Amino acid sequence: MKLKKIVTALALLSITATSFAADNKPIKIGFITDGASLYSDIDGIGGKEAMEMAIADFGGSVLGRKVEVLYADHQNKADIAAGKAREWIDQEGVNVIFGGTNSGTALATSKVTSEKKRLYINNGAGTSALTNEQCSPYTIHYTYDTIALANVTGRAMVEKGNKNWFFITADYAFGEQLQKDATKVVVDNGGKVLGSVKHPLNASDFSSFLLQAQNSKAQVLGMANAGGDTINSVKAANEFGINKSMKLAGLLVFITDVHSIGIKNAAGLLATEAWYWDLNDETRAFAGRFIQKMKRMPTSVHAGDYSSMLTYLKAVKAAGTDNPDQVLAEMRKMKINDLFTKGGYIRKDGTMIHDMYLFEVKKAEEVTKPWDYYRVVKKLPGEQAFNTLAESKCPLVK
Amino acid sequence: MEIFGLPLSAVLSQLLLGLVNGSFYAVLSLGLAVIFGLLNVVNFAHGAMFMMGAVFTWMGLTFFGIGYWPMLILAPILVAIVGILIERFLLKYLYQLDHLYGLLLTFGLTLILEGIFRSFFGVSGMSYSVPDALAGAVDVGFMFLPIYRAWVVFISLVVCFGTWYVIEKTKLGAYLRAGTENPKLIQAFGINFPLMVTLTYGFGVALAAFSGVLASPIIQVSPLMGSNLIITIFAIVVIGGMGSIMGSILTGLGLGLIEALTKVLYPEASSTVVFLVMALVLLVRPAGLFGREK
Amino acid sequence: MKKNQSQIFYIALILFGIVAPWFFYPIFLMKILCFALFAAAFNLLLGYTGLLSFGHAAFLGGAGYICGYIIRDMGASPEVGLLGGTLFAALLGYLMGSLAIRRQGIYFAMITLALAQMLYFVFLQAKFTGGEDGMQGIPRGVFLGVLDLQNDINMYFVVYAFFLISIILIARVTSSPFGKILFAIKENEPRAISLGYDVDRFKLLAFILSGALAGLAGSLQALMMGFETLSDAHWSMSGLVILMALVGGVGTLIGPIIGAIVITVLEHKVGDIGNWVFLVTNIEWFRTLGESVTIVTGLIFVICVMAFRKGIVGEFLDKLKNRHN
Repeated sequence: MKLKKIVTALALLSITATSFAADNKPIKIGFITDGASLYSDIDGIGGKEAMEMAIADFGGSVLGRKVEVLYADHQNKADIAAGKAREWIDQEGVNVIFGGTNSGTALATSKVTSEKKRLYINNGAGTSALTNEQCSPYTIHYTYDTIALANVTGRAMVEKGNKNWFFITADYAFGEQLQKDATKVVVDNGGKVLGSVKHPLNASDFSSFLLQAQNSKAQVLGMANAGGDTINSVKAANEFGINKSMKLAGLLVFITDVHSIGIKNAAGLLATEAWYWDLNDETRAFAGRFIQKMKRMPTSVHAGDYSSMLTYLKAVKAAGTDNPDQVLAEMRKMKINDLFTKGGYIRKDGTMIHDMYLFEVKKAEEVTKPWDYYRVVKKLPGEQAFNTLAESKCPLVK
Repeated sequence: MEIFGLPLSAVLSQLLLGLVNGSFYAVLSLGLAVIFGLLNVVNFAHGAMFMMGAVFTWMGLTFFGIGYWPMLILAPILVAIVGILIERFLLKYLYQLDHLYGLLLTFGLTLILEGIFRSFFGVSGMSYSVPDALAGAVDVGFMFLPIYRAWVVFISLVVCFGTWYVIEKTKLGAYLRAGTENPKLIQAFGINFPLMVTLTYGFGVALAAFSGVLASPIIQVSPLMGSNLIITIFAIVVIGGMGSIMGSILTGLGLGLIEALTKVLYPEASSTVVFLVMALVLLVRPAGLFGREK
Repeated sequence: MKKNQSQIFYIALILFGIVAPWFFYPIFLMKILCFALFAAAFNLLLGYTGLLSFGHAAFLGGAGYICGYIIRDMGASPEVGLLGGTLFAALLGYLMGSLAIRRQGIYFAMITLALAQMLYFVFLQAKFTGGEDGMQGIPRGVFLGVLDLQNDINMYFVVYAFFLISIILIARVTSSPFGKILFAIKENEPRAISLGYDVDRFKLLAFILSGALAGLAGSLQALMMGFETLSDAHWSMSGLVILMALVGGVGTLIGPIIGAIVITVLEHKVGDIGNWVFLVTNIEWFRTLGESVTIVTGLIFVICVMAFRKGIVGEFLDKLKNRHN
């Protein structure tokens, strides 16, 4: 009996000893994203890679301290994300958490970081609620949000005459917000929403949902989902001949999705993204480095991970400390000019205002080299793509 | 024309899809029922076997260039071998014990198998194309029915009724059924009953794997595809009557149709309706619709 | 002699629990305590009454949601939330139990599963739970008006106190005449019936008590973490608690507690071990060893079923007994 108690105590003690043994000197940065599931190609471990590239480009250390990125896969579960964030803040002395894909986890993490007064920078989650109803002085929404998607893709489609919509929506924070924001744009521009159906996140079979869409006789199939869900929706739409009677509107599309869908079935899709690898020499250089390590082209989220990390490090240097309040003050003063965007800035509600592009997926015959998928249709300044401070629902700006 | 306030085409198209799903349910629950009926084992690993059938099919094409048609035979055989190993080295020691232990063992095996495949393939799902011979869709008026899905229904029904026939109508089936009642007597007749049991388990999981091959072009091939299905399959077998072959087939098909109707009326409830049905059936007919209380 | 030894052991364990939060991460400790309570409550049904429930997650998650709702949306103080969650679980135990007890063995398990699944569906659809996103921002509040639970140490002691009280309650119940009858039902139900006991009533009471305590665990967890998600009501959670009880040993009181500790620590640390091995060997596959939590859990399950059916504590006690003979 006694022996057992001693053994148990020793075991527990040694486990904690390993956590306490962690060195206090390096600056530890937390990064939580979807690492293995339906959004893993969009951000995933590639995001960590992009961040490490930024750290390397910055010099590897700031204020004499090495920079270390802690990585966790939230598996699209809000409790895992929030739990990890809390643990890192409490146990590892983390002062900033970078969030990746999945809006539910982003909202949950943002709550934890705000409560603990630490910085939260998100690249990859869509929900505009991060900077509206659930905004926080400590949360920065960097790469894109659902309002921008709705304003750019949504408006472009309605203006082409596609007035009647039917939404298939991922049944969680992101899908609902995207459907809401897109509906507003459709209705404001004279269109109508004939119906919608919710599908579980990471659904395996879209056939029954798509048939419902078809039966609504709407002109447009609005896909308020992303990643694997969008890929499967498009594939199923083609399989059931729905693309013949309806126009497919991918409300959130990344270049990795186009790659998985295949150029044959994706041609003509509109995509709103903040960045594309083939825009200029600077972007191509980044892409070249990225594809060496990851065997895949970087998405706009990866570029956002790079840029936000670089911006953060610059702010820490300028502030002379990694204290969140002071770093935030510096970040809000900065103009962001790097390979991700030019003339970007962080607004009071936490949105990083920057240009957004409307791309169209090329036809198979127009593709001249690997990953040559996009044609630039339009470039919109950030003030037009994102919502204005007046429209914002963030209590901080009222 | 309107049914439930919806156009007929909407209802019919969902029902047709429901029939496709029902075919999967039928083949899967058939395997489970065979294993329970003849071995008295609640095979929780059935979902993992289904998943392995699909993953092997995908691996066959991606790594070895083996196409769909050969994999239809090969994948079930490979999974049957895995099943036989499980039965020989693990399961057979638990037959004397409570049902509970077989269930727990196969539950543990499911975790191991899924974990192994997850560590190699992640959970995002890999796609597998419809074989060329079955590509394309047919316009049946109220919808475009992909030819592949019609094939699924056809071959599933063939396999289901073939299995039923063998078990209920042939001498081999008679031996199996007699053996579960009285293994010693069957052995006295010179029949190697333990071997039959092993082969039966192998066959049961081969059915699951076969279903997995059929599913590869339709559902994303992912290490978790089995665990999403397994409790539904359990519910079906329980509703049908845990030892009844025909019960599982009919219940599987029936549930596909019930789910389809639910999708039309109250889509969110479609994955839960099976449990409602199961609870009701168990309270009214404890041994299931077609079962006999053991 | 032996009784004194075990008394010393238990006192030492209790003292260890009191000083632990200054040495280990309190959140992690509280997680262990909640799961230990959950497993002990579950074992009241399995180990002592012989009933395998496959739907116990409904109590954990359900009570967590109700507790969270009472505190967050109705603005009540934490003790009201805890009470509400536990009462909800007791009521749920009454409803589920009444239906499930009509059947035996595997069918009993399947009914509990079916009912838990239906409840899961309700939680998925209901607005107040937040569905896939979960119920966020449950404030810790002030316990009984005096103890500020924002402080992790205070929170820990509240959880620890409830844990101790519940375990003592279970210990009392199982050694009482009521508990002896439950055990009789497990060993030989027909005989218990022939002796004139209304076995259904006893089973139902056991179910209610088991559910209520599991609900208390869920409520404590929701309060402690500040959020509640569908994971706690998912059937894989029901499977996990079976594992904890099995690994620890279903025949004993402390077994499930040990099982919960082992499984929780394992789940937490396998990922770290995997990462460390990856850094040392640079073999990519080890990084994904975090996934191997499932593999290791499954292996433990299989090993326990095949060889250590009595679980850690059960086998240990057996060894002791053999040594004494």
